Amino acid sequence: VTAVLNRALLRRSLPAITLAILMVAIFAKQPMTMSYFGLTLMLQYAVPIALATLAQMFVIAVNDLDLSIGTFVSLTTAIIGLYLPDAPLMGCALLVLCIAAYAGIGALIHLRRVPSIVVTLGMSFVWSGIAVIILPTPGGKAPVWLHGLMNLKVPGIPFPIIAAVVIAIVVQLALMHSSYGVVLRGSGGNPKAVARAGWSLLKTKMVMFGLAGFFGVLSGLSLIGLTGAADAHIAERYTLYSIAGVILGGGEFVGGRVSPIGAVLGAITLASAAFLLGFLQVRPDWQIGAQGAILIGVLALRAAISRSGLR
Amino acid sequence: MSGAVATLRRLQQQPWIWSFIGAVAVWLATIGFTGGQGAGEIVTAALSFACFTVIVGTGQMLVITTGPGNVDLSNPATITLCGTVAMKVMDEQDSMLLIGIVAALGAGALVGALNYGLIRFLRIPPIIATLSMSFLVQSTAIAYNRGLRIKPPPLLDAFTTGDSFGIPWLAVLTVLFSAAVAIMVGRSYYGRAISAIGQNSRAAWLANVPVERFRFYTYLASALLSAVCGILLSGFSGGPALDMGAEYLLGSIAVVVIGGTSVAGGRASVPGIWGAAMFMFLLTTMLNTFGASAGIRLIMTGLIIVAIIAAAGGDEQR
Repeated sequence: VTAVLNRALLRRSLPAITLAILMVAIFAKQPMTMSYFGLTLMLQYAVPIALATLAQMFVIAVNDLDLSIGTFVSLTTAIIGLYLPDAPLMGCALLVLCIAAYAGIGALIHLRRVPSIVVTLGMSFVWSGIAVIILPTPGGKAPVWLHGLMNLKVPGIPFPIIAAVVIAIVVQLALMHSSYGVVLRGSGGNPKAVARAGWSLLKTKMVMFGLAGFFGVLSGLSLIGLTGAADAHIAERYTLYSIAGVILGGGEFVGGRVSPIGAVLGAITLASAAFLLGFLQVRPDWQIGAQGAILIGVLALRAAISRSGLR
Repeated sequence: MSGAVATLRRLQQQPWIWSFIGAVAVWLATIGFTGGQGAGEIVTAALSFACFTVIVGTGQMLVITTGPGNVDLSNPATITLCGTVAMKVMDEQDSMLLIGIVAALGAGALVGALNYGLIRFLRIPPIIATLSMSFLVQSTAIAYNRGLRIKPPPLLDAFTTGDSFGIPWLAVLTVLFSAAVAIMVGRSYYGRAISAIGQNSRAAWLANVPVERFRFYTYLASALLSAVCGILLSGFSGGPALDMGAEYLLGSIAVVVIGGTSVAGGRASVPGIWGAAMFMFLLTTMLNTFGASAGIRLIMTGLIIVAIIAAAGGDEQR
């Protein structure tokens, strides 16, 4: 029994162990990063990536995949940069519309029983097209309060770490420890049972996609708070980052098995892996490849742990 | 004879006819706008460009047919890598043509085998396996290519861009290829087996279908067809480019689904790939002719794909 427990524990703590090993390697290679300023600089872009990863996690929890989150976050930064500082009401209305559109995509996928990868791949063109039309060249600006928030200096602990911890705990409590959270995850794990218990699968799908849209907007807000300006293509890489982050964080594609804390850890791992590769002087050509290799390595490790449990 | 009639009847039941109707409608709208000008040239261009989508889409169709969750996202990177390998080995010399093709196909086969290895032995879901692999392949292509644009050998250039009476040679060969694949999918043991695997892999396994071997062949075929596309596309467009495969990520999946192949697996449609590939190209041409901006083109392409998927609906068998 203890062996099984240990294995389950090992499997669950794999995201944290991966990140710890990565951090030790970074500190060993570049001790300068182990400072308030160094950590802030290194981890600040992990915040928008973590939020996008959580958005992806909500979708994966109901057995779907969102291939449009990167272009969606780009679009939200364009809307925020163009409207939020000078026409906040208009800006907010557009962002709410974006979230409603996401819930609508969830409804479409459920009602027509169509594959999410094709629908979201199609939608990624739509988001990208709108972004290019409203913001043909990089521009716009972050609202002053947002810029201030993202560059907050809290004495003692770097702000990105505080933000990551708060985000992870809030989502963990809401999704993993609330009664409706159980229903939401259950609609991915055992949809028939959830439907028989009287819950609407249409509603859970719409709620999860709506949450994905909401976290996409949060990701856009935090991103433009850091960059100060918007760009129609700024976050296109987030689609791949977010999928990889969820999987690194212990999430699985089917069965509603996801972990919000793991997803945030996975996102931080991906964001800081780029720094380690830089410190190791890996050529930029190989940076994407190295991230693919890290992903495969972690999954191989997880498969090995799971398989040793079968014997 | 009765076999041919049965095949014809079976084809008639396929929903691929809609993709052809769509392609013709879009073409008519375009030449209606131009007053009939350039009608033939548009068809020639559509046939040329459709070939590449059809070749990659055929591989994607085989993968998707093997069942839910099976999809190959490594196509764009494989196209880029194999196109680059072929052009570098050929080094603009006709004498090296065959060796270059063999080298590119070898690289493609390696990617396919590695994809399958990740899925089978590390039990990584195909989406993540092929995605991770595509990162590695893309990096390899970038490092190997070094941003150079190497011209194709004259023979390959002439072959991929040649046409007779407005019909590209490449299109003729690709149609023959599609016909062979259609026969293979409908009548061969392999074709029937992958449909069976896609409908219920456990039942197929119990019926003694070598499920894992055929899945391996399928991922191998997908990567090899991407390699072929990479070689031909490099010849056609005057050399490999690092982003040459990018449009085939959506393209290959979209033509398969619009063409009437079941996305839940178990039912392939080869002719539909042609209709859908023509439709996609003609749609872009139409939007260009109407003077739509890049943003509008993106929005319309996306919305039409989503609308077609939504109208076709999910699999009724399940």
